[in-house]
Amino acid sequence: MSPSDTQPPPVLRVRDLGVTFDTYRGPVQVLSDVSFEIAAGEILGVVGESGAGKSMTGAAVIGLIDPPGRISSGTVELNGKRIDGLRGEAMRRIRGRRIGSIFQDPLTSLNPVYTVGRHLVETIRTHLPLNEAQARARALELLEEVEIPEARVRLGQYPHQFSGGMRQRVAIALALCAEPQLIIADEPTTALDVSVQAQIIALLRRVCRERKAAAMLITHDMGVIAETADRVMVMYQGRVLETGPVREVLDRPAEPYTRVLMAAIPSVHQRLARLPVPEIGAPATATAPPVRAETVPHAAAAEGKTLLEVRDLGKEFDLSLGWLERLVSHQPRRTLQAVDGVSFKIRQGSTFGLVGESGSGKSTVARMVAGLTLPTRGQVLFDGLDRFQTQTDLRRRIQMIFQDPYASLNPRWTVASLIAEPLEVLGLSRDPNETAERVAQALRRVRMTPDDARKYPHQFSGGQRQRIAIARALASQPEFIICDEPTSALDVSVQAQVLNLMRDLQDEFGLTYLLISHNLAVIRHMCDDIGVMQRGRLVEAGDAQEVLDAPQHAYTRALMAAVPDIRHVH
Amino acid sequence: MSDVIHHPAPARRGWRQSDSPVKRAFARSRTVQVASAVLLLIVLATLLAPWLAWQNPFDSASLELNDAFLPPWSEGGHGAFYALGADDQGRDVASAILYGLRMSVLVGVSAVLLSLCIGVPLGLVAGYAGGWFDTLLMRLADVQLTFPVILVAMLILGIVRGVVPEGVREQVAVLVIILAIALSDWVQYARTVRGAVMVEKQKDYVLAAQLIGRSRSAILGRHILPNLLAPILVIAAISFAHAIVAESTLSYLGVGLPPTQPSLGTLIRIGQSFLFSGEWWILLFPSLVLLALALSVNLVGDWLRDALNPKLQ
Repeated sequence: MSPSDTQPPPVLRVRDLGVTFDTYRGPVQVLSDVSFEIAAGEILGVVGESGAGKSMTGAAVIGLIDPPGRISSGTVELNGKRIDGLRGEAMRRIRGRRIGSIFQDPLTSLNPVYTVGRHLVETIRTHLPLNEAQARARALELLEEVEIPEARVRLGQYPHQFSGGMRQRVAIALALCAEPQLIIADEPTTALDVSVQAQIIALLRRVCRERKAAAMLITHDMGVIAETADRVMVMYQGRVLETGPVREVLDRPAEPYTRVLMAAIPSVHQRLARLPVPEIGAPATATAPPVRAETVPHAAAAEGKTLLEVRDLGKEFDLSLGWLERLVSHQPRRTLQAVDGVSFKIRQGSTFGLVGESGSGKSTVARMVAGLTLPTRGQVLFDGLDRFQTQTDLRRRIQMIFQDPYASLNPRWTVASLIAEPLEVLGLSRDPNETAERVAQALRRVRMTPDDARKYPHQFSGGQRQRIAIARALASQPEFIICDEPTSALDVSVQAQVLNLMRDLQDEFGLTYLLISHNLAVIRHMCDDIGVMQRGRLVEAGDAQEVLDAPQHAYTRALMAAVPDIRHVH
Repeated sequence: MSDVIHHPAPARRGWRQSDSPVKRAFARSRTVQVASAVLLLIVLATLLAPWLAWQNPFDSASLELNDAFLPPWSEGGHGAFYALGADDQGRDVASAILYGLRMSVLVGVSAVLLSLCIGVPLGLVAGYAGGWFDTLLMRLADVQLTFPVILVAMLILGIVRGVVPEGVREQVAVLVIILAIALSDWVQYARTVRGAVMVEKQKDYVLAAQLIGRSRSAILGRHILPNLLAPILVIAAISFAHAIVAESTLSYLGVGLPPTQPSLGTLIRIGQSFLFSGEWWILLFPSLVLLALALSVNLVGDWLRDALNPKLQ
């Protein structure tokens, strides 16, 4: 138990940790032989795809594994003392007092009926022997420390009055209340926009440095790790694949899996024809496929006729109260200009990317192009035809892929019915046999088997579901597909698969895409031309390579600078 | 490849799966097997009441006043056997339960079906369309909720009294009570369905259907409604039991069924007045049957909710 006298023990030492879930079908080992250490002032990044066991490791350290799960082997030591056997009150005293935690969505971890000040004061007084006034003073200090402006006023406000980034700052302040020695942050920036994410990363790094606190940063984003962590631990299927200094692991990954995982991440600086894809479910030692680094031949700008043209598109949303309330309280109408004077053209067979942060109006543009939302002004011309006057004719030719494949497929329908629906509704199939044939064909096109048609969406993984959604979009043989954040709900390796599939289908059928994304790297990888949106306006548009390599508008430059990149190591 | 998928797009039964998963779920659950056995027994008993009961308890000519208040498992005059005892007028409790069940099940099932038919479509349209229709319907529902069932029933009864000639009043009594219960229960369905529709209509699968030009009725009926089965089934199971009890309350107040068409509720009301004088069987046995009925309906309803959910198969 006693380490050498010359060196203090690491803040956290985990040895051979195993977590087992006891299920009806017998015990299932979800974590095995996880070992790592974090020294004071050090940030350890934990990366891996969903199901790799990263969050489970964090939960095991703070003793928050719910039954039927249990720690089945190994030890967790905090400052040289074992904490894995602690129960109830003893464990609670360690959580919060000596280990602070930060979660993905701070809105759910803050109680909406308490002011931010009350959250902080109560947390401080639970852990430290301070009176009300002292605790308040300390709460103020903490808010200032996490760079919240007008901290004194902010103390009296409620969580809903804070933006996502500000709430995450409050969550960090809460985690720091009792001066913990260890901070566990589980996907702290996943719900945030790129520019806010960059600020939170910088803040997290600063508070850990200044306080000499150890931190465990769990994320699926390699870019965030590269910019924040000192060392990185790569997890796969409940095991640690490799651990090492960030630069070393990112530049010279020892494991084939890490190598492919790194290569599967699209980059903002380079465009590849296809992304290398790690084999899902394959043993981690499988040899990686050779990484093809061929870049896409750049299409000449003048080539190809215009398939879709958007002219001076605008959308106003009415945010006013109902007429009765408005009449009673003498309130004027309030409107929000969600989209304002947007114009662009998309050439046949090319991909146009629309990029922007949340609330920039890019999804509203997508919906207007799809014909789901009526524009307040402007025109959408498809192949020279006005979208809102010749609707019936265009339905077959325009399709859409949505962000969340869990929500875009009706859970009560079989895959066969889902894919057959557009065929039946649009009258594209004469009899059930033809429908069946075309459903099977659509499934084969997205590299699935016709047998999958009999199953329900929930029986597939996220990536497979997104492929089913693509099959549904393809069934009516459209020329134009609108993709609204098609990969933002997916893991890196699955994202690579879906992007490759989209590229293949484009080559095969000459499809034209409108790709909406907040992820600049995905846009860079997929698009020929791009448009950058900010608060409803198109601030910059043009050839993807030119815009991203030499952004003209200040907002585009800020966006590019905020993208966490695995090449930037702090 | 067409031999792989035999029914590629069963349009009319898109959300419903073949019977096998439901059958398998049935085979797995002991609880639902017992509950549906009880339910089946009760339904059979209501159908076969005239043949199962040795006495028509509501034909005053067949009653034996001498046998009044006989305890359970005793023999009366003329060789009659009272398995569950007799009430104050010499009525065989077992026979009375069999006949009473008929009326209760009839009222319960019809009231639930009627309120479903009113509440679900209104909730669907209100939730999907929003706007003035939604506002109007929800205010109406709020007003409706402030009136107790009994008041609504009395109101309807009062109107019927004024409209229907005296001779046929007794015959329409059952219809009136079903209508009264249904008209006070629809609000629950409408509110729940409206809320659930407002959640579902935001989901991308509805957008995907709009994109290919699906009509509103197809989106509501084929896409959204199947996803609302769970809450609807839960309310239906609870309000079935509620309808039976509501009917007995109304009969107790004299605004429900006439004494010539008694129900389980009527028997419980009669039994209640004899509880403190020691004749416990008049109350106990009808109550037990009502309990078994309500419980088994709830259990079967819960099971059906899970069995029809493809995610849980």
